Amino acid sequence: MLKKRPKEDVEIPSASMADIAFLLLIFFLVATTIDVDKGLRLVLPPTDIEQQEINRKNITNILINDQGQVLLDNEIVNVRDVGRIIRTKIAENPLLIVSLKTTRGTKYAVYIGVLDQLKRAKATRISIAEPDEA
Amino acid sequence: MAIKIKRKSQLKIAVPTASMPDIIFQLLIFFMVTTVLRQYSGLQVDLPDAKMIQKLESKRNVSTIWIDRKNRIVIDDITIPNTKLSELRQIAFQKLVENPRLVMSLRVDKDADMGIVIDVQQELRKANTLKVNYSALQSAT
Repeated sequence: MLKKRPKEDVEIPSASMADIAFLLLIFFLVATTIDVDKGLRLVLPPTDIEQQEINRKNITNILINDQGQVLLDNEIVNVRDVGRIIRTKIAENPLLIVSLKTTRGTKYAVYIGVLDQLKRAKATRISIAEPDEA
Repeated sequence: MAIKIKRKSQLKIAVPTASMPDIIFQLLIFFMVTTVLRQYSGLQVDLPDAKMIQKLESKRNVSTIWIDRKNRIVIDDITIPNTKLSELRQIAFQKLVENPRLVMSLRVDKDADMGIVIDVQQELRKANTLKVNYSALQSAT
């Protein structure tokens, strides 16, 4: 007599579910790029302010020309020295305003270099000056 | 007492691993939810290096302007022809109206000339979007 097989519970082997989940996870981990948006913060001067009469003692002028030379208060300085010089000037005058002007041919990298130096010197009052009409 | 000791040496305990896929799925769902997808592709730009860089507070308040080496300008998903910079002013002003806490992130190529950057900054000033972030990569020195 054939013994009838008792009804078996047929289960799909789910042992590999963990592997599939790991694979998906690794794919996302590898494919995700972390978008870094960091940079130097600045507030541009508004257009509607009147030209205020500021005491000349409280302004330092920095001009960068096309060749990347930096003129700080009519002295040619190296970009690396700007931070140190500004720091001394701010120590003498905490209300110092630094006015940064470039020419149209200046390289952006030099501009950022000088701005970085100003930030290192913890200058808070940075003003971007309009370029001279050539 | 003797029987108990015998039992202990023969006892084998298996840690139930049936819930491992559940844990992995939870991790996966966490990553899928926290990943923010970049909306705009922008231009190919080599950012300059700077040391004193700060993180932008929240991505929601940020609009990005790309300026590449060939002086092309792109803001978010709109390309601006160099001759019609006044469009930039209108677009920036619109965005400012929608979000008063707007910060403009300028991604300018390090070899770009300041002329175009100055023009863009003038337009941003006229649009009153004064908060600006110069994107840069962290430098060691």
